[in-house]
Amino acid sequence: MSNLVFMPVLWPLLTGIILVFFSKQPRIQRILSTISFLIGIWISGVLIYSVHNLGVMTLEVGSWSAPFGIVIVADMLAVLLVLTTNLIVTAILFYSFRSIGKERESFYYYPMLQFLIVGVNGAFLTGDIFNLFVFFEVMLMASYVLLVLGGTRPQLRESLKYIIVNVLSSAFFVIAVAFLYSAAGTLNMAQLSQRIAEAGQPGIFSVIAVCLLIVFGLKGAIFPLFFWLPGSYYVPPIPVIALFGALLTKVGIYAIFRTYTVIFYHDQGFTHQLLMGLSILTIIAGVIGALAYWDVKKIILYNIVIAVGVITYGISLMNEAAIGGAIFYIIHDMLIKAALFLLIGMMIKASGTADLRKMGGLIQQNPYLAWTYFIAAISLAGIPPFSGFTGKLLILQGAVEADSYIGFAVILLSSLMVLYSVFKIFMYGFWGKPSETLLQVKEKDWALFIPAAALTGLSVIYGVGTEAVYPYISQAVDTLLDPQIYIDAVLKE
Amino acid sequence: MRKNDLILQTVTKVAVFIILLFSVSIFFGGHYSPGGGFVGGLMTSAAIVLLLLAYDIKTVAGILPFDYKIVLAVGLFIAAGTVASSIFFDLPLMTHAYRYFDLPLLGHTSLHSAVLFDLGVYLVVVGVTMTIIQTIGDDDE
Repeated sequence: MSNLVFMPVLWPLLTGIILVFFSKQPRIQRILSTISFLIGIWISGVLIYSVHNLGVMTLEVGSWSAPFGIVIVADMLAVLLVLTTNLIVTAILFYSFRSIGKERESFYYYPMLQFLIVGVNGAFLTGDIFNLFVFFEVMLMASYVLLVLGGTRPQLRESLKYIIVNVLSSAFFVIAVAFLYSAAGTLNMAQLSQRIAEAGQPGIFSVIAVCLLIVFGLKGAIFPLFFWLPGSYYVPPIPVIALFGALLTKVGIYAIFRTYTVIFYHDQGFTHQLLMGLSILTIIAGVIGALAYWDVKKIILYNIVIAVGVITYGISLMNEAAIGGAIFYIIHDMLIKAALFLLIGMMIKASGTADLRKMGGLIQQNPYLAWTYFIAAISLAGIPPFSGFTGKLLILQGAVEADSYIGFAVILLSSLMVLYSVFKIFMYGFWGKPSETLLQVKEKDWALFIPAAALTGLSVIYGVGTEAVYPYISQAVDTLLDPQIYIDAVLKE
Repeated sequence: MRKNDLILQTVTKVAVFIILLFSVSIFFGGHYSPGGGFVGGLMTSAAIVLLLLAYDIKTVAGILPFDYKIVLAVGLFIAAGTVASSIFFDLPLMTHAYRYFDLPLLGHTSLHSAVLFDLGVYLVVVGVTMTIIQTIGDDDE
């Protein structure tokens, strides 16, 4: 029964391996992937249900007891993110059927999709910091392949940069883990938390905390370390961008969540202030990028950076409202970023260009697309009935409670700028006179539209059904703000 | 241009078997002495690479008619299957089991399910190394 906790990792792994045998038969790959991801959603649903009823669930892999073996820990935050991941990847899978192309399909696109999910789900669920590193690498290896698959010239150039950045940050991760092991003598997160609490977080642990912040900041794209993102995420095909934009950076943020709430929370005056400063700068940098470009992909890419800043700002405040808001916001942002990328992918396909100044009049050709984009856009900005609202509201409330008025103002203003940037796309892309390239394309592509609309619909349901989601979120917040729950569940004391 | 590499080919014919035997010995000794699936797999691929050096890709493909990508996948499948099989015994994943058997030739021997996992690792390592080398080697044709 407790094996259920590891199923979101094992299941896509087995599927991915089996898909390798069928690499030249795209039909079989499609069918198997669909079945596998649907079962994945079901598994993570069951997992949420059990965690909600039974509390934090753990699995001691290989029957070795807690600090000695690897522990897989499913607390509420992890399982919520696992469910979100599975929902998003299912939608992206359906979108890929039509848009990824025969050539990529027969060169291990679907197995890599599965292996990417192995890495992402594993990183969410693990309770051991070196195991976290391993799952990071699983995820990154798969993402290297997905990024370069197809082998066009810009893809080769950008994947070189992406690989160099990530190899460096992985090396830094190993160094930080080595420091941590020599200072604390353990790699199990629960025991680490206990030992650092006993020692009262002396200086060396704050140094390691900052090392880890640099590592996860490179993966999650916070302020001085986001430079690789706009280039690398620009080049792969749309489903891959959606996958990266929705999942990969969020794994970095999740790792910051874990380390800064469960392990290093004793010297908040230093580490959390640093995180706060960087988050605010991240938001500002993202806003500048989102306003500067006329390229639809670039605008949404810089919106990822803004969202990363908003979420890490919520983490840095460390009070109930802000952490709750950050969790609300991270789930919302995963859903809505995936939806937005799929929608602008359709825009680019219909108008044959990513440049806003050459677009126009798409609403006459495809009104469904236009109004779905409209809903996604106002969700992103945080207009009340939709999903971005609750998260930001709670983060703002947390900012007031912590007397952090600069952050408060920056977040409010950034919402306005986000709204401006996505409405620039709406006004120039959908309104106006139809452009010349547009008139040639007349077909509506339901196979692309339905997954994108489904994700938007999910985020609307998530926004309207805030009351229904809240008990789950507050359970996640309880675990994060009181690491003792986590420690007791893992070490069984 | 046809070189006369009779010496290389003759030495290879002898050496390959010694290297293969050594790799198998390292593979099975992994539990009690240094070695195991990873280094055993590397050494097996080293033997195949020696064959590739002495002969050409086509000849070696004739001797060992494997698609190494499939070898890789089979290895992964064996490893992941070993991990998953403990579900059927209602134990946490990756729980291994061992027992002593009295085998006809080898006598009182312990058989451990971790060997299956190691076999998976072995096949993956052989598969990955040979895929890389053959892909790069094939390129310039």
